[in-house]
Amino acid sequence: MIKFTFYLFALILIFAASRVITVKNPVHAALFLVLAFFSSAAIWLLLQAEFLAIALVLVYVGAVMVLFLFVVMMLDINFSKLREGFVSHLPVATVVGALILIEMILVVWAWQKEIPELATTAAESLPNTKALGQVLYTDYVYPFEIAAVILLVAMIAAIALTMRKRRQKYQKPEQQVSVRRSERVRLVKMPAESKD
Amino acid sequence: MPELHEFLVLGAVLFCLSVAGIFLNRKNLIVLLMCIELMLLSVNLNFIAFSHFNADIAGQVFVFFILTVAAAESAIGLAILVALFRNKNTINVDDLDTLKG
Repeated sequence: MIKFTFYLFALILIFAASRVITVKNPVHAALFLVLAFFSSAAIWLLLQAEFLAIALVLVYVGAVMVLFLFVVMMLDINFSKLREGFVSHLPVATVVGALILIEMILVVWAWQKEIPELATTAAESLPNTKALGQVLYTDYVYPFEIAAVILLVAMIAAIALTMRKRRQKYQKPEQQVSVRRSERVRLVKMPAESKD
Repeated sequence: MPELHEFLVLGAVLFCLSVAGIFLNRKNLIVLLMCIELMLLSVNLNFIAFSHFNADIAGQVFVFFILTVAAAESAIGLAILVALFRNKNTINVDDLDTLKG
């Protein structure tokens, strides 16, 4: 049953990923990417990584993909022009992708023939989230804090990159109120001139 | 339960699909960013598969950090994309050759 579920979600994942790279409309690509993230979260659940699966759904489907959709819809882009060269790159992409895939599968296959004895799945006594938290706040506490700093830096950088300084169109009342006569009025003394 | 190599092959397929996607959508920066996200997803799948079959939680900690960095990367990437579009009015990679000389 688990095997059937795995293959179902793997097929959905591969289908969604192939649609992400081939679909014309980037909005559809983003939605298929959501499907890919969702089905891989299901596969992570099969691997008993419950916390990360939920984090993937929350962070990626909930935040990152919404950000992607927001940007795709905000920018007014002629996407048909960006599709130029799709067909001409298709053979190269297929060949390179297939080669890398064959190499990887060969490596996995050879390795699995040589060393079949790896799986020593011990029965986990702790729940996944608790086990993860126990190592995250003890052994990996410095990397954890660095990750927090990275998120802060990313937030500040994203705001700084996209912030626009608008030209002020309205009057500033505090400057209008505090103005002095000497700043506005200039008295000029000059002798009277006769009309020649 | 599926074997470890099945998860590894699934990760490999996902990685190669995203490599092909980078080739195919060479001009569209948004889809390029999406392909990078897919790549990181396949790497994470490998990490979690090994973590499960070795009964070692360290792989999941790594995935946690990868997720953090990937979220930061996509946020900054999209911010750069928006700034780029405001200034140059295009996200076509071929038009972004100002440094070419």
